[in-house]
Amino acid sequence: MSHNLLTVTGLTKSFGGLKVLAGISFTVAPGEILGLVGPNGSGKTTCINVISGLYKPDGGQVIFKGQSVTGKPLHVMAKAGVNRTFQIPKPFKGLTVKQNIEVVQHRQGAFQVVDNPLEFVGLQKFQDRDASSLTSGQQKLLDLARALASGPEMLLVDELAAGLNPAELVEIARRLKHLSERGVALLVVEHLLGFVNELTQRVIVMNAGKEIFEGDLDSAAKNERVVEVYLGQ
Amino acid sequence: MRKRIVSNGIVIVLLALAFAIAPAFYSNESVLFQMMVFLALAQGVNILYGFTGYLPFGYVGFFGIGAYGASVSISLWHTPAWLAMIAGGIAALVAGGMLSPLLRLSGAYFAIGSLAASQVLYYVVSNSNLQNITNGPYGVNLAAVFNDRASYFAMLLVLIITTMFVAYLRMSRLGMSLVAVREDPISAGMAGIHVVRTRTFVWLTTAVIAGLVGAVYAWHISVFYPDTVFDLSISIFAIVFTLFGGGATVLGPIIGTVILYGVYNVIGVSDPQYFQLIYGVLIMVLVLFLPNGVLSLLRRRGIDVP
Ligand SMILES: Nc1ncnc2c1ncn2[C@@H]1O[C@H](COP(=O)(O)OP(=O)(O)O)[C@@H](O)[C@H]1O
Ligand SMILES: [Mg+2]
Repeated sequence: MSHNLLTVTGLTKSFGGLKVLAGISFTVAPGEILGLVGPNGSGKTTCINVISGLYKPDGGQVIFKGQSVTGKPLHVMAKAGVNRTFQIPKPFKGLTVKQNIEVVQHRQGAFQVVDNPLEFVGLQKFQDRDASSLTSGQQKLLDLARALASGPEMLLVDELAAGLNPAELVEIARRLKHLSERGVALLVVEHLLGFVNELTQRVIVMNAGKEIFEGDLDSAAKNERVVEVYLGQ
Repeated sequence: MRKRIVSNGIVIVLLALAFAIAPAFYSNESVLFQMMVFLALAQGVNILYGFTGYLPFGYVGFFGIGAYGASVSISLWHTPAWLAMIAGGIAALVAGGMLSPLLRLSGAYFAIGSLAASQVLYYVVSNSNLQNITNGPYGVNLAAVFNDRASYFAMLLVLIITTMFVAYLRMSRLGMSLVAVREDPISAGMAGIHVVRTRTFVWLTTAVIAGLVGAVYAWHISVFYPDTVFDLSISIFAIVFTLFGGGATVLGPIIGTVILYGVYNVIGVSDPQYFQLIYGVLIMVLVLFLPNGVLSLLRRRGIDVP
């Protein structure tokens, strides 16, 4: 009996002949923030796509709260308590900002992570606008608010930092930490280490679909292989 | 929200009153009946296309199956007309269930796939090997149950129920979920919406609507052939009327049908060539300049239309 919220073991995924995930394993405890970093194209988004149910993995397992949820469809994952944002934001453009949240089916029995997801991400003032009128950065925040509205216990955040200004970054980092204090676990994907540094020390570094480092961020920055793949870009 | 309920309610009551009393003022009842047929079919297209983005060029397939479901029920099992109408709806429901894999297609592929499917249904029904059931290509005669009054009001009932369903979608969470699925099925999944189930539900609902309309149509005209009820221009009309007025609204398909079907009856019947000209130009103008229909002109000015 483990106390892990999410356990991922040996995930593999190929597109055509390209092995994008070559056996990824890690665990996340309740309320923990885990950084998943690595250069562009290393497979971070694919990892989120497989965990969240968008893609079925070719091999490996995703275990959430002790139960296998490998390859389960998106709405099942959402209802189980796993939710996500998207690197390229995907709001419902034909709905207003407020309706984007109203349409979410709150998970049965889930505690209210935040009272007002729109206010939490700072989009309350735009609530009656069409979602399509928001900037790309704001649309990512709307994705975050939508994910929060479902009452997740595990939140997968894909490159939230890109497109936000430094002041917004500090603010959103503060709020993500607040979520983790409320017991929501976060898997934070970034290809730049700066934002992750604001959030957590524990990181996994990926390169070419493989994990090349797991440990704390400061050691990662000194690790030879990590430095190599980042400089090699 | 309150305002929306009231405005939708007014539209529906006016629609019901108009067609309930129109026969007293306007002698050509068959034009009124046909207009109700297209109003209901346009609302069916509206539900599917407006709320989910699937453009059903083969929508007439369900209409034809409904017409034949009712006919078979009457001629083979001698059911009363009202039961035959339900049989028509059920026949379309079954056809919709069998054709639900079409929903895996999207965009133009779905449009073409549904078109092909309607042709398959047509060939099955008109096949002379099925003569002892459908009477094959030789058509149907339901003179035994003919009742133009009762069928007129049955059509009005189907129209009102269909329009009420559209109004419900406009105001409900279900309608919002459908728009969410239309806008982004992946995000909809993450919002906890069962995308496949939601789409299938709407697909089957619209199939039943077309089936009921086809069944009542069959009852009303009593004598028809497979070509009559599987005529592709029925789909095209319903689609154009919806596009003209504007999808995902209650009023759009009503405005589209009343105006365009009205124009058709003034010009089209006697001089079809002019009609086709005007019509063709209109479709081009619409698609190029007004993809969300004439009602979008009002919405752009911030007027909330039912
Ligand atoms: N749906 C897909 N089809 C084909 N190739 C894909 C697909 N998704 C990702 N890839 C490829 O997988 C590799 C990893 O992509 P991704 O997971 O987006 O990396 P990251 O998020 O780390 O930048 C890239 O080479 C990308 O082109
Ligand atoms: Mg990525």
